[in-house]
Amino acid sequence: MQQVFKRPEALKDVQTHFCPGCHHGTIHRLVAEALDEFGLQKRTIGIASIGCSVFLYHYFDIDVIETPHGRAPAVATGVKRAKPDSFVFTYQGDGDLAAIGTAEIIHAANRGEDITVIFVNNTTYGMTGGQMAPTTLLGQKTSTSPYGRKSEKEGFPVRVTELLSGLEGVAFAARTAVNTPKNLMDAKKQIKKAFQYQVEGKGFSFVEVLSSCPTNWGMNAVEANERVGREMCEYFKLGVFKDTAGI
Amino acid sequence: MPKRILVKGNEAICRGAIEAGCRYYFGYPITPQNDIPEFMSRELPKVNGEFIQAESEIASVNMVMGAAATGVRAMTSSSSPGISLKMEAISYMAGMELPCLIVNISRSGPGLGGIDASQGDYFQAVKGGGHGGYHIVVIAPASIQEMYDLTMHAFDLAEIYRTPVMILGDAVVGQMKEPLIPHPKPNTDLPVKDWALRGKGDGEQRIIKSLFLGDGELEAHNWKLHAKYQQLKEKETRWEEFETADATLIVTGFGSAARIAKTAVMMAREEGLKVGLLRPVTLFPFPEKAFYAATEHCKKILDIELNTGQMVEDVRLSVRRDAEVFFYGRPSGTGSLPTPEELLGQIKKYL
Ligand SMILES: Cc1ncc(C[n+]2csc(CCOP(=O)(O)OP(=O)(O)O)c2C)c(N)n1
Ligand code: SF4
Ligand SMILES: [Mg+2]
Repeated sequence: MQQVFKRPEALKDVQTHFCPGCHHGTIHRLVAEALDEFGLQKRTIGIASIGCSVFLYHYFDIDVIETPHGRAPAVATGVKRAKPDSFVFTYQGDGDLAAIGTAEIIHAANRGEDITVIFVNNTTYGMTGGQMAPTTLLGQKTSTSPYGRKSEKEGFPVRVTELLSGLEGVAFAARTAVNTPKNLMDAKKQIKKAFQYQVEGKGFSFVEVLSSCPTNWGMNAVEANERVGREMCEYFKLGVFKDTAGI
Repeated sequence: MPKRILVKGNEAICRGAIEAGCRYYFGYPITPQNDIPEFMSRELPKVNGEFIQAESEIASVNMVMGAAATGVRAMTSSSSPGISLKMEAISYMAGMELPCLIVNISRSGPGLGGIDASQGDYFQAVKGGGHGGYHIVVIAPASIQEMYDLTMHAFDLAEIYRTPVMILGDAVVGQMKEPLIPHPKPNTDLPVKDWALRGKGDGEQRIIKSLFLGDGELEAHNWKLHAKYQQLKEKETRWEEFETADATLIVTGFGSAARIAKTAVMMAREEGLKVGLLRPVTLFPFPEKAFYAATEHCKKILDIELNTGQMVEDVRLSVRRDAEVFFYGRPSGTGSLPTPEELLGQIKKYL
């Protein structure tokens, strides 16, 4: 019998701590598949951030360093400069990357560091209990925007991929989602493209993945999945925003 | 005659670091340490090194974290306000047990303060300026030669004990010029870096982290760190003694303050006064035993600092119970550096 589905080598055979319906697990799998397909597992150094994905090393069978909140791109810079033959990716949430780590991501991107950033946007601070993030949609209720986010006081949700695409140092930038089979296939494709940029030494690559947080959105898994398509994809348009090498 | 060169203290640190094999420097401009990034930006490319002027002190110390995690010798430098910004990452690296060098050419504070020589950062450096209860090795050079030699030593200590090490200087030892005799790094037995990230290859996965959530894990980790600090106290304490054998008063102080104090001690000796100097070179580990031993015969210690009294707390904890500890401080700012004559006056007051 032909085996058509198996666990990627780069993923460990363990249960995750993610809540039911959370997209983090799906995104982990796509990243692991891409590592496998490029044969990168053995020379990869993963950069974990602070958020629900902090346990990257529990799930990926690769070398990993855990970093202070928001600083993953700076740590990745140090790793890659010291070990240019390694494959380096960060995995960061929207609180980590778009709030406290804004300076680090902009400047790593602007320097054109030869790293890949996987940016998981679930419009909230998942790990700390669902507070407002820079990506929280207008009107969205969170534990620190209990009346719904208002632009007058809290500004507008930040479109990070578009923002970074304006920087000369960025070689590849795309926004994806994993809420439907079609989007998921495309997300996989863009993650692979981003990896290829680094494998070929073509510069900084960035993939935003829209993600669900049923627990903090107060929804079940199905409702949360639907919200990604209904609300998030409306404001955060999917697509490739920069593809300098046309891979 | 070995070749002598005339250099600033900040440059001596850079030369020592490069001689010690450091090829990775990450920093951000701040007075009075700008000679360091400027020198490194010029010299590191010549030896296939990497220099980054980062977007902030926070980013630069996190770049050090990343480089150090791969097992290379990496460093950053800054001055007081910038060092405050680095504290979170220093706490992380203490927890992760990552070797690296952090240079603080400190300035006066609090806040923006001033750029004069100051020793206001003793507590921050020695007592664990970041969160969580940790120590890093802190070394206080008092001459340009020491800036060079102790920088090399710092990198070895960092690797042997898997810890960040800080060189604590100020504008006096950073900016003044003195002859330096460069020499090759002494050979030291260094442990194999079986923890460094390299891509797992065919081996086991390696993880560098400071989060420990399992039952009892973090407590065990803290006891392990504590044991390391005890070992440092046993083996790596350094100090200088000058004319202490027959002294009836011993002056103490570190770094630039100790230099001025030493001149005052020599002036006192010329007048026939029995005065000596005991200068801690390592501030952590602190030379507790040296003070205990010295106060067996000498019952008066005069501590001089460029602050309102910080190291003096460690001096008081180290001396014998029947010894008296006096303090003279000048929390520095423009025009506040004490003169040798001024310190001689203090010596005579307590002798
Ligand atoms: C300096 C610092 N500030 C705050 C925190 C607390 N904290 C932990 S995770 C987190 C937010 C994580 O949100 P996000 O990056 O969106 O990741 P998610 O959990 O949603 O995947 C915060 C604020 C911290 N660990 N360190
Ligand atoms: S809190 Fe949200 S982001 Fe975190 S694991 Fe649960 S669903 Fe996922
Ligand atoms: Mg989030």
